[in-house]
Amino acid sequence: MKQEFTITVYTENQIGLLNRIAIIFSRRKINIDSMNTSPSEIEGIHRFTIVIDETEEVVRKVCRQIEKQVEVLKAYFNTNDEVVWQEMALYKVSTDEIVEKVKVERLLRECGARAIAIRKDFTVFETTGHREETNKLIKALEPFGLIEFVRSARIAIIKESHGFHEKLKEFEQKEPSEDVIENEFLNQQEEVFSM
Amino acid sequence: MEIIDIIEKKEPKEKATTVKNITEPVSISGSQAVLEAFIAEGVETIFGYPGGAIMPIYDALYDYHDKLKHILVRHEQGGIHAGQGYARASGKTGVVFATSGPGATNLVTGLADAMIDSTPLVCITGQVYAHLLGTDAFQEVDVINITTPVTKWNYQVTDATEIPSVLAKAFYIAGTGRPGPVLIDITKNAQLQKFDYEGYIKCTHIRSYRPKPIVRKKYVEEAAKLINEAKKPFVIFGQGVILGKAEKEFKAFIEKGGLPAAWTLLGLSALPTDHPQNVGMLGMHGNYGPNVLTNECDVLIAVGMRFDDRVTGRLDKYAKQAKVIHLDIDPAEIDKNVKSTVPVWGDCKETLPLLTQLIEAKQHTEWMAKFKEFTQKEIEVVIKNELNPTGDELTMGEVIKLLNELTNGDAIIVTDVGQHQMVACRYAKFNETKSNITSGGAGTMGFALPAAIGAKFGAPNRAVIAIIGDGGVQMTIQELGTIMQTGTDVKILILNNQFLGMVRQWQQLFHDKRYSFVDIESPDYVQVAKGYRIEGQRVDERANLKAALKTMVDHNGAYLLEVMVGKENNVFPMVPQGCSVAEIRLS
Repeated sequence: MKQEFTITVYTENQIGLLNRIAIIFSRRKINIDSMNTSPSEIEGIHRFTIVIDETEEVVRKVCRQIEKQVEVLKAYFNTNDEVVWQEMALYKVSTDEIVEKVKVERLLRECGARAIAIRKDFTVFETTGHREETNKLIKALEPFGLIEFVRSARIAIIKESHGFHEKLKEFEQKEPSEDVIENEFLNQQEEVFSM
Repeated sequence: MEIIDIIEKKEPKEKATTVKNITEPVSISGSQAVLEAFIAEGVETIFGYPGGAIMPIYDALYDYHDKLKHILVRHEQGGIHAGQGYARASGKTGVVFATSGPGATNLVTGLADAMIDSTPLVCITGQVYAHLLGTDAFQEVDVINITTPVTKWNYQVTDATEIPSVLAKAFYIAGTGRPGPVLIDITKNAQLQKFDYEGYIKCTHIRSYRPKPIVRKKYVEEAAKLINEAKKPFVIFGQGVILGKAEKEFKAFIEKGGLPAAWTLLGLSALPTDHPQNVGMLGMHGNYGPNVLTNECDVLIAVGMRFDDRVTGRLDKYAKQAKVIHLDIDPAEIDKNVKSTVPVWGDCKETLPLLTQLIEAKQHTEWMAKFKEFTQKEIEVVIKNELNPTGDELTMGEVIKLLNELTNGDAIIVTDVGQHQMVACRYAKFNETKSNITSGGAGTMGFALPAAIGAKFGAPNRAVIAIIGDGGVQMTIQELGTIMQTGTDVKILILNNQFLGMVRQWQQLFHDKRYSFVDIESPDYVQVAKGYRIEGQRVDERANLKAALKTMVDHNGAYLLEVMVGKENNVFPMVPQGCSVAEIRLS
């Protein structure tokens, strides 16, 4: 049975790794519902949070393929019950509408939305929550002219996890891997001779 | 509790060894650093082709010609297949050079082949100057992203100071765990850049990379228990035995347990073909007994193999009655295609001796006899006619049979892809490991000729015979030029049936004999060889076959022998696609 799974991947910070992970899904024709990369609780280690809708068997196999990548330390997968998760959404509506219609203001308050920018012509609200919660506000705002809407990728914390510090000690026998050298030449083309 | 000791015995922590004792840093170029890394890693032979973006490395190579042998191939694909042949024959890591752009993209087929057949390679590609990246510069191709799905690891170097550590990582990753190809793309500025070189330190650890999983005692014990209780145990083995250098351990295991063992295409030669417990080949064109009895055994013990669809046939009818023990170094292979009852994670060099210790010494005489019964049937219906045909047409099988008599099973046999490959692998005799080199998972036509060149450099003291079809040989025939220039002693045996035989066989069996573009013409191969200053001859009569084969085998240097075989012979037995292994056809 297909269901939503949250995959949490701890990795080194390496250029190209995002692609290496992404193609594991695309090769199997699996759509990624959301993907977020961020720092983790440990300095220098990155954390991918990926949401897909698949069967447990497929998710397990995909996680093994992800873990097989040289720069991946560990990949976990969890059902929605096993994680605490949030998504953030931003809504842009006309300020006039809000000023004129008291109903809107009440609605926004009920949904726990926060005004984060108020201009003469438009106002931007923000809510954070599960998909249903952020979706509810879209529906509610539609009649009042929702100008723009955007939602972030899911971020999730694994309920059972005790952090990655202990696990990392197993991996780490030596000092952490070196920093990435990025292409510092791109903005100094004139100074470099080429053939 | 000896087992615990063995399991918990950690690998000795090797001190990072400075290969060159350099007290003061010396200023060298990135290109020199590449070659210094090769020397430190014990590289002797490089297969490559120069070009604009790799010129600084080739310039440095000019000064290293006494320490590193470079083989100039005729096409980068030939270069990488030669690297593969070298790696498979020697057990070492193959090294390949190519330039940027088309040079690098020509490596892709070989990378995919090496990836799926777990062949250790380090490929170095040149790249345009770092400041030109992303500008659509001349011969600029995004090699890193093109090769990501077909490399175990890849990395772009834009700064020479990275070269020693990146190459150390490359060799470590390519050769450890489940081996695979690594590609390092080095921009031209990094090749030219001078930096303070402090010596080469071999890589022994990468924190995010675990070459092999930790052996779990519990699983080994469970597996041993299953084997001890089994009435009809059956071992199937793959290239993992060869890659793990565990041939001896494997033999001890099956001999103690009295276990019949069958091989996958790439497992061939890990166990001598005439070993009494070697019951033959698995899969689509494998032997009758091993296929049928897969669905009758009670415990299936898979060692270093990955249940490819050509081995399993229809998965939902594969060994459903059996308990499955799967020994593999790659955790991603466990339960990927066939659900295991007991997964024995780990290097089979470590897990097999543990298992051998725990299993009871047994003889499964009756069960072994069952394999013999099936062999007998296969001999009558298929093998007899293939090896001793009565008709006028030559068969591929009789050529292999005569070749066996001449080589005594001591030669390295490199095969291409198609009917000749199946026939050669079915009938060739092997006494030694690493003797069968073929493109298995990828099925790359054109593999054999360049791979045979590489194999000869990898095992210079052994005879190397490339067996190739008339289709495959025309895909990489330019490598005759490499043979000519290097004087490599490779025997080329072309089995010419004037068809793309395997496709024709399928069209005959499954597409109502609608022969769609399988009728392929050949040049006069003997004349072509002559043009490359390689001697050869063509045979189309049985009376001359043995003498011609003998001439080829005895010839001092490269030799091409073209044998005209029956046009419409089929390879049997065959498990048709989508059928269960038990539904194998003998005709």
